[in-house]
Amino acid sequence: MVKQTITEKIIAKHCRKKEVNPGEFVESDVDIALSNDITSPLTINQFKLLNKKIFNRNKIVIVLDHFVPNKDIASAEQCKMVREFAKKNNLKYFFDGATAGIEHALLPEQGLILPGYVVIGADSHTCTYGALGCFSTGVGSTDLACVWATGKIWLRVPESIKFIYYGKLNKWVYGKDLILYTIGKIGVNGANYKSMEFTGEVIQRLSIADRFTICNMAIESGAKSGIIEPDEITFNYIMQIKNKKNVIDKQLWADLKSDKDAEYSKIIEINCNEIEPIVALPHLPSNITSVNKLRKKIWVDQVVIGSCTNGRLEDLRIASKVLKGRKVNSNVRLLIFPATPTIYKQALKEGLIDIFINSGGIICPPTCGPCLGGHLGILAKGEKCIATTNRNFVGRMGHLESEIYLANPAVAAASAISGYITEPE
Amino acid sequence: MKIEGKVIKYGNNVNTDEIIPAKYLNISDPELLGKYCFSGLDKNFIEKVNQGRNIIVAGDNFGCGSSREHAAVSIKASGIKCIIAESFARIFFRNSINIGLPIVELKYATEKISFDDELKIDFDNGKIENITKKEFYDIVPFPIFMKKIIDAGGLIQYLKTHRR
Repeated sequence: MVKQTITEKIIAKHCRKKEVNPGEFVESDVDIALSNDITSPLTINQFKLLNKKIFNRNKIVIVLDHFVPNKDIASAEQCKMVREFAKKNNLKYFFDGATAGIEHALLPEQGLILPGYVVIGADSHTCTYGALGCFSTGVGSTDLACVWATGKIWLRVPESIKFIYYGKLNKWVYGKDLILYTIGKIGVNGANYKSMEFTGEVIQRLSIADRFTICNMAIESGAKSGIIEPDEITFNYIMQIKNKKNVIDKQLWADLKSDKDAEYSKIIEINCNEIEPIVALPHLPSNITSVNKLRKKIWVDQVVIGSCTNGRLEDLRIASKVLKGRKVNSNVRLLIFPATPTIYKQALKEGLIDIFINSGGIICPPTCGPCLGGHLGILAKGEKCIATTNRNFVGRMGHLESEIYLANPAVAAASAISGYITEPE
Repeated sequence: MKIEGKVIKYGNNVNTDEIIPAKYLNISDPELLGKYCFSGLDKNFIEKVNQGRNIIVAGDNFGCGSSREHAAVSIKASGIKCIIAESFARIFFRNSINIGLPIVELKYATEKISFDDELKIDFDNGKIENITKKEFYDIVPFPIFMKKIIDAGGLIQYLKTHRR
């Protein structure tokens, strides 16, 4: 039998084949079809043209998280339209108002994502779920409309690139630094159309939160998906989800591994001992440097801690460690977005929110916020922002002449205190 | 299918935030999206199109970033008839095929083709004629699977005709 990667195994199972090969076009079953308030309206319009019924009310998930609470009349109208569609089709998993949070943090937390799934989302960061051992990828609205109607999607089986992370993590280095370093190494199209398989002793020791951060940014190298083999840490993560309604299938998970001699288009080894806290300079995520190698002080006007990349409880804990007992620089606006209501509540319970408010931070609702330049923290001409988000494209967070720097939550928090981009002390 | 027109040219890694900034994602009307096309990269884009240029030529990784189909929709609605790029980001590639916006991969496109060049793209015979430079380029053909979707005029039409 042909040796297969974990990605090939998952896809093969979903097209009821023994094996699939990179480059092959297949039609795959879909376990979860996801969309949000900005991609659902186009999806609904296209879906109506098909004149079909939805394939399964339990597998279509919609989260209103981008322009909520609605920033203007047009976005309110869009949410209204999506809300009506969700009600009319009796969708089981429609997240609105106080039940909503940033989709890629919310779905795993709600137990909707399990290892071995095929997840298709009208949002480019759908690749996040690879952290739990899923094949998950972003598509546009027309693709998703067809998934809603058929429960299937056409795919070209991707080649895989294997990344092996070895060594030890330096202080203040997290999943964010590993993925920024990797994107810096291979470029913003370095994994175009491919699956990035993250392996090695360092990955095996990482928390699920760090794994989410890494897989989340696979798209920033153009990848179709990112994936990490599920292990004991994954199993424990799924087990602690309170309202999980799914049967844990340990046997199935045990098979979710790449065969020893599986074929990769490339194998890249990364020595983590060399990685120091990283910042991606404007205007590409690949434009990286170590924070301690910055030649001059880069003063910032705003700091954003949040997003589907780094808005999880672990990220808030890291930020709070740096901010505790300190004050945010008077020239800086520090915005903090707990990614979901559950994370928000837990952060309150642990006293993190107190720390943030006492240090001069602003607590914002669990939404995408300014990450994509929607609302809640838009930048003026010439302003600079360091953010734990995922993209620093020209004008992404506001004015075309504003600048975004990407970093981990510790560097972001330390920069909020000093007023310029810096490592924690 | 044949497309004729003049060229607007961009570089590598044109992203979907540049094609349609997020502040316009509260719009789903294609015509309105078309009016804001490329407002994150080129303030004069619409003027260039109105002056009779209807083909975009770009470098590597065109359409990278967000999955927003609004990007492909706005380009189509702006009056652009075809995009030639050295490579496309995968979600943008799918979106374009799915909504019936013709796209072509051509290696070294930005070296071979200049702003304002007049092109004739012949999809059936797999050739691009550069009338200005008196050159011909071979087009990378689409896989059969995708050609069926393109011939149907997009994924919605394909599904309507190919399924019960």
